[in-house]
Amino acid sequence: MTLFTEFGRYLLMIKGMFSKPENGKMYWKELMHQCSEIGIGSLGIVVIISFFMGAVSALQTAYQLVSPVIPKSTIAQIVRDTVILEFAPTLVCIVLAGVVGSKIASELGNMRVSEQIDALEIMGINTKTYLVLPKIGAALITIPMLVILSAALGIWGGRLAGVLSGILSPTEYDKGLLGNFQQYNVFFALVKAYTFAFIISSIPAYYGYYVTGGSLEIGRASTKAVVVSCVAILFADYVLAALLLQ
Amino acid sequence: MIEVKNIKKGFGDKLVLKDVSVVMQAGKCNLIIGASGSGKTVLMKCLVGLFVPDSGQILYNGEDFNALNEEDKKEIRKQIGMLFQGSALFDSLTVEQNIMFPLNMFTNDNYPTKLKRVNEVLERVNLKDVNKKFPAELSGGMKKRVGIARAIVLNPKYLFCDEPNSGLDPQTSLVIDKLIKEITTEYNITTIVNTHDMNSVMEIGDHIMYMHQGIKEWEGNNKEIIFSKNELLNEFIFASEFLKDAKDMRMLEQTGKIDNDRNMDELLKE
Repeated sequence: MTLFTEFGRYLLMIKGMFSKPENGKMYWKELMHQCSEIGIGSLGIVVIISFFMGAVSALQTAYQLVSPVIPKSTIAQIVRDTVILEFAPTLVCIVLAGVVGSKIASELGNMRVSEQIDALEIMGINTKTYLVLPKIGAALITIPMLVILSAALGIWGGRLAGVLSGILSPTEYDKGLLGNFQQYNVFFALVKAYTFAFIISSIPAYYGYYVTGGSLEIGRASTKAVVVSCVAILFADYVLAALLLQ
Repeated sequence: MIEVKNIKKGFGDKLVLKDVSVVMQAGKCNLIIGASGSGKTVLMKCLVGLFVPDSGQILYNGEDFNALNEEDKKEIRKQIGMLFQGSALFDSLTVEQNIMFPLNMFTNDNYPTKLKRVNEVLERVNLKDVNKKFPAELSGGMKKRVGIARAIVLNPKYLFCDEPNSGLDPQTSLVIDKLIKEITTEYNITTIVNTHDMNSVMEIGDHIMYMHQGIKEWEGNNKEIIFSKNELLNEFIFASEFLKDAKDMRMLEQTGKIDNDRNMDELLKE
């Protein structure tokens, strides 16, 4: 299948999601279930990578800033800005593309192969609306929250690493955090978070929803979903940076 | 009543259904039989709307299903129950939740009313104490029965069964056949069964359609099939010596003679 055919089918899937729900309560329940699966389910890994990402960022920045004329509080500024601008939205979302993306693709793929999606279709349920839309909705709700949490933990991790290793004092770090703070950076991080959340949920949903064959194909679809999501995230990252950081 | 008019369906260059026409009789067990690759599953998927035929019509009580808009299609689909080959139960839901799912989606009943209905259909398919079990904890026959219970929970007009006996032992197959037959009569459902199980053909085949390489090769019922002179059908149905003997015995019972060379009309005249 050519790239354009796949992209066209992906767009048709997105279009097909928007129909009147058969029963609002059931859709709400499914949305909440997906929020729990995607949000709470990814919390552990996000906490771990965010903390270490900030800590390593602080240590490496200190290692590179050897000039005595540069105040130590600059380390905190660099950690803050890199975490907010890049690490929290992009790195976390690439990890989530693996965690959440493979789960979505394999869940839908398994439902397709075991005819559960056909069973829903025959009942008269729009499966794109019932199965795909809540996943995308839940990702759009929870992933930006995870990115905000990640940014906070990353900055805190940098502070802890910097202080424990004796690179800078807590006062110097806090002073650096408050200096030259650009609110626009947070806005930019959230734009990225929403964009990546859509990519992380919709691309794996596409590969899972249209899988054909058996368990081997589910595995392949899952892998392909993660790879394509990661590439799409990096591409979108570049485009957003080019458009919004002029 | 479901009427199929001249439907054709192909995938790429391969034409799987070649101008098939048939009327599925209301309130009866309609069987679609044929070898693997004969097009019976594609026909069933066209009937339930999972595949759109390339040409031809599928009429539900005179309404062309594929010409309807999505909302009207949904209304017809609510009248359809389907038992899948692999049962297609939702893995993450218990038996009770699986059967209650269509009720949750399409009714505004309260929980006790829905639970009462779930227990009714579970009792009808002879299952007890399985409400809280997950599909993975059930045997193949139990899964099929839960599948039937889910299919009939909304009192459908049409019941589709795709290879209901596949993977089951002969005794359990008979139980499932009996259940399908009883439910068809009790609920006055139009049942369409896709099978190549010869017990099913003989036991529940009120109306049988034999497909071969995408065309309707023969049509009749479980009494007429014994006397059929259609070579392809006979090769398919009475493939083994055991089944040929069984056919002779059935002919002997019904006509007092064993004569494979005479056609049914001649035998009935005598």
